[in-house]
Amino acid sequence: MQEQKFVVSSSPHIHSEESVSSIMFDVLTALIPASVAGIYFFGYRAAIVLLTAVVSCVAFEAIYQYFMKKRITVNDLSAAVTGLLIGLNMPPSIPLWMVVIGSAFAIVIVKQLYGGLGKNFINPALAARCFMLIAWASAMTTYVTPFMGYGIDAVSSATPLAVLKGVSEGALPSLRNCFFGIKPGSIGETSAVMLSIGFIYLLVRKVIDFKIPAAYIIVFSVLTFMFGKTPYDATYTLYHILTGGLLLGAFFMATDYTTTPTTPLGQIIFGAGCGILTFVIRQFGGYPEGVSFSILLMNVVTPLIDRYTVPKKFGEVAKNVR
Amino acid sequence: MPATFKGGLHIEDFKDFTNKLPIKKLSDCGQHIFPLQQHIGAPLEAVVKVGDYVKVGQKIADSSAFVCAPLHSSVSGTVTDIKPFIHPSGAVVTSIAIENDFLYNISESVIPKGDPTNYTPEQIIAIIRDAGIVGLGGAGFPTHVKLSPPPDKKITHVIVNGAECEPYLTSDHRRMLESPDMILYGLKIAMRVLGLSNGYIGIETNKADAIKTMTAAADAYKGVKIIPLKTKYPQGAEKQLIKAITKRSVPSKGLPADVGVIVLNIDTVTAIANVFKTGMPLTSRIVTVSGDCVKEPGNFEVPLGVPFRHIFENAGGFMKEPRKIIMGGPMMGIAQFSLDAPSIKTTSALLALSDVGKTYDDISPCIRCGKCVNSCPMHLMPLYLNKAVSEGDLETAEKYNILDCIECGICSYLCPGRQNPLQHIRVAKQQIIEKSRKS
Repeated sequence: MQEQKFVVSSSPHIHSEESVSSIMFDVLTALIPASVAGIYFFGYRAAIVLLTAVVSCVAFEAIYQYFMKKRITVNDLSAAVTGLLIGLNMPPSIPLWMVVIGSAFAIVIVKQLYGGLGKNFINPALAARCFMLIAWASAMTTYVTPFMGYGIDAVSSATPLAVLKGVSEGALPSLRNCFFGIKPGSIGETSAVMLSIGFIYLLVRKVIDFKIPAAYIIVFSVLTFMFGKTPYDATYTLYHILTGGLLLGAFFMATDYTTTPTTPLGQIIFGAGCGILTFVIRQFGGYPEGVSFSILLMNVVTPLIDRYTVPKKFGEVAKNVR
Repeated sequence: MPATFKGGLHIEDFKDFTNKLPIKKLSDCGQHIFPLQQHIGAPLEAVVKVGDYVKVGQKIADSSAFVCAPLHSSVSGTVTDIKPFIHPSGAVVTSIAIENDFLYNISESVIPKGDPTNYTPEQIIAIIRDAGIVGLGGAGFPTHVKLSPPPDKKITHVIVNGAECEPYLTSDHRRMLESPDMILYGLKIAMRVLGLSNGYIGIETNKADAIKTMTAAADAYKGVKIIPLKTKYPQGAEKQLIKAITKRSVPSKGLPADVGVIVLNIDTVTAIANVFKTGMPLTSRIVTVSGDCVKEPGNFEVPLGVPFRHIFENAGGFMKEPRKIIMGGPMMGIAQFSLDAPSIKTTSALLALSDVGKTYDDISPCIRCGKCVNSCPMHLMPLYLNKAVSEGDLETAEKYNILDCIECGICSYLCPGRQNPLQHIRVAKQQIIEKSRKS
């Protein structure tokens, strides 16, 4: 045997297969069913919106990093995930230039100015959505009926949540249609079944944990069932779960690693907090929908939650003995 | 339900390379090197001189310090050198070189001790010390020290650690299959020393054949219980093993004796049994030679002092260029820069791997996925320790209990950003300990 050069480093010497890009790839994969459903219901325009958002986010990240002389890290796919989430949160008829500006806001202001991947304190896609909701309120709340085509033919329509709240006139779609996604809404939020498929995929791949979504949906449902506009009405509660952005938010936005707590107890508190806030905004707030604001507000208190839910270390019980 | 602890995770174990292969003898090796630092504790002083003729089992180094165990030659031959040699820790350590005469003349001091019941606990502890027996699992803590807990600690459990949770390692597994009676006999001696009527052997369920063999053999040994453990890393870490079997938590900064437990390794109790049956002190141990570069992986009975190169040659050499050589398991073992380092008492395995993982150029930032928090067996938050330490904030690191880290490596193994928190934690722990020594 010849004398060889060996790599010497600190243990451990093996590593799991998982990497940031593999996780982001899993999230993109998990969003495919909801994206396909959105394109199926709302036509080619939905595909163009999704594509615009993804391309803009990736491009803005690359451009920013190029000019700031940083390593260009778009191949970690995190910008693509942000882009796809922005796209899925858009009404199908949104003007594309607004999508481009929203994407720039998410990537440059919310993500990169705070230090890039892992450093942003709120979810970039949700921040962009709320920014756009305030900047272009009308374009962001004009929804269309599925299978109607676009342009002049497009029939704008109230979302089920607006109807439930009584702020808009219109007929409620059947619960069955809500479950499959045949209803007005953002591109990616309408189909409960497709979102659930993606969610289960992420659970199976162990990319996310069930704690936040479970706490979120359970707390929200219980509150709505007991204290909603029509208490103890299961149908009303089901409408609230299946419409709006609750499932998209609970499955894919409230589970964003960077902006949510890392401790098991913290994750339950985070999910429960989102549930309470969403209930309060939907029932008593000015907006028919409150998922985005709820998650953003809980993002802001995430560092605090983490600090107060530090797990008890192994063997801590004996602390007083010493 | 197999017993276990909270945290940890199942890691692909790569044990199939060697877990079906019986323990083999190593071929003769000309020059044996015996570093005077075999384990944690005080370094030894040579009791032989250059030119001396020594025999198998003859004491060649000792020290008067309490936390240390003497060293014995594994061959007969002439002492050719006492000078610094490469040590598996990466340092250069004064070592005794003995040229093997291949006669294996056995020292007159090697006499079977016979029935342990003829000895008092104190005498048994002295015999164990004189035989140079140390913990053969990890750090190599001298066994006679472990068996002499302070009088105020009431010991209620003695546990033999057959978890062998590190990937690749199968030496304990083979020992349990091939000499269950030696293990049980050694455990009975430890029970006698500690005045206990019960002893436990914990074995991970991925070694079902070992559980079966040991359970059958244990029938003849009153008071010995075999406990199946969940297959999960780091099930064999002392505190986690104690938690799984006794449900007791060793206090932070405490020792197993604080909760009345003593943990011994499989090979350690075998060595104890061996002294009483044959009189031979600790001069060899079982080493798993494995990894994707090794042509014929196997389990070998390796005498002390054999250079790693010779051991790999016994395993057929390399079938592809290894990029990393590890002494011990892949999670906690020490990377080697030279194949000239010799086997010592804590050499549990030798691995030759072709994959060295990512380089520093490829790391991503921490994305706060929390996987390290979820799996830390000490229930720490490695991501915050990593952050604090990289910012030079040792105070916050201490507040987040950095000194409780057992360096199992799960955080670095899992980190999708390849942040290697453990490397930072290790350096900071050292700094904190040094600082507290100074003040």
